[in-house]
Amino acid sequence: MHARKPPRDDDESDARASKTPEGTRAVLDGNEINRALTRIAHEVLERTKGAHDVTLLGIPSRGVPLARRLARRIERVEDLDVPTGSLDITMYRDDLRLAPARALGKTEIPVGGLDDRVVVLVDDVLFSGRTVRAALDALGDLGRPRAVQLAVLVDRGHRELPIRADYVGKNLPTSLRESVTVQVEETDGLDAVLLGPSGPSPSTVLKGGLRPGALQYPDSLQGSETTEGDL
Amino acid sequence: MRHLLSTGDLSRDEATLILDTATELAQVGDRSVKKLPTLRGRTVVNLFYEDSTRTRTSFELAAKRLSADVINFSAKGSSVSKGESLKDTALTLQAMGADGVVIRHSASGAPHRLAGWVDGSVLNAGDGTHEHPTQALLDAFTMRSRLGRLEGLRVAVVGDILHSRVARSNVLLLTTLGAQVTLVAPPTLLPVSVYTWPCEVSYDLDEVLPKADVVMMLRVQAERMRDSFFPSVREYSRNYGLDGERLGRMPADAIVMHPGPMVRGMEISAEVADSPRCTVTEQVANGVSLRMAVLYLLLGGS
Repeated sequence: MHARKPPRDDDESDARASKTPEGTRAVLDGNEINRALTRIAHEVLERTKGAHDVTLLGIPSRGVPLARRLARRIERVEDLDVPTGSLDITMYRDDLRLAPARALGKTEIPVGGLDDRVVVLVDDVLFSGRTVRAALDALGDLGRPRAVQLAVLVDRGHRELPIRADYVGKNLPTSLRESVTVQVEETDGLDAVLLGPSGPSPSTVLKGGLRPGALQYPDSLQGSETTEGDL
Repeated sequence: MRHLLSTGDLSRDEATLILDTATELAQVGDRSVKKLPTLRGRTVVNLFYEDSTRTRTSFELAAKRLSADVINFSAKGSSVSKGESLKDTALTLQAMGADGVVIRHSASGAPHRLAGWVDGSVLNAGDGTHEHPTQALLDAFTMRSRLGRLEGLRVAVVGDILHSRVARSNVLLLTTLGAQVTLVAPPTLLPVSVYTWPCEVSYDLDEVLPKADVVMMLRVQAERMRDSFFPSVREYSRNYGLDGERLGRMPADAIVMHPGPMVRGMEISAEVADSPRCTVTEQVANGVSLRMAVLYLLLGGS
């Protein structure tokens, strides 16, 4: 996919132009992503009546930094500590047999576990809903949350399962021929949501596996810098 | 990678991927539900022509934690005792639809032959005096989790190198991963071809000990010995056994490893075997996670 470019000190428009890969356009920029996250933080507080028993779990890879940011925003508004972790869903995917074995992401369950917590799953893009289905299965093996909610930065539609998000940063109507790519500063150097023409074939499009291709394609270990939407 | 026959086949990236995957899967042992649905509907056959407790139960547990169906097949009490050949046994398993075959055999190279006969993945669980890849991988995994790195680590492998499949697998794997291996043994217990291995060789344990981050003790495999390789057990133990006094001369953070089964009083004294610096039981626990990683990477994808 796109080569990572080193951070530059140019003025903002220049930096943005230079980092938006050819053929794609930025749908959300850094500020808009920040505002969306701030709004979601307030919505979580409102819906969960103060977020006292909320645990945030990000789905690797882009969901994890988003979950951390969301936790910081909630903590800023309400003076409390929000347990935050990550939940890798690779072993629960329903398409494992369609591609070579994938590398696993990190699963970190906050101390205190998930029993009787309100778990908010955090992901970058909601697409087919299959990632979320896998995450729900994984949660069932880790504990028994009181409730599970879903927060996504972008909902691009085209659900294949009866799943919906409780908190949405932006509803983005897309065509199946398009791809949605979320970049976050922590891993990609800048914040952006990019809409572009459909990328590589679905078998190489990975979600959850940080290093796609696994055993058969060791060359691609440093491969994709970006997430290609949902499964 | 379709089979795991030799650690020499693994690139550094592949070996690291296996270790990283095992690190993640190690968490499964601490969960309330110690099971993942990943290999549901897949069949793993444990084909053991040689006795084994550790390796067979470890593979069985690993496959079950990944929800695979496991069939245990030992040479005793099977058609093998009626004279069936390895090939016919393999074709029988093939006809039953085995996705993975874990094989231990007394003949070096048996897994390689098997890999040519069956469609599924073949995992070498020890072939003669040749290789034991998952043992080497779990040893590397244990070193990495205890000492935090493998690059530049000085590893001494001490004992019956000649009959050891663990030694060869470890030399190949650890070299790939950037560690320096020194083999320590009496000249009679070193293979003739040892000078072609990517490692150093010493006959003097006391010289090597102070410079080792890891000391791996190997059992003297009396069951494979048809000649006498050393004058007496007492003499072997005095020259190549690890006791408390020798442990004291190792660097303070160095660890003692043993692939098991241990013979206390021979290659390792009871004092060392029970010391917190000895990782024997840790190695067994890591073996399950590591074998889960290998089974997942070989059988989990397309």
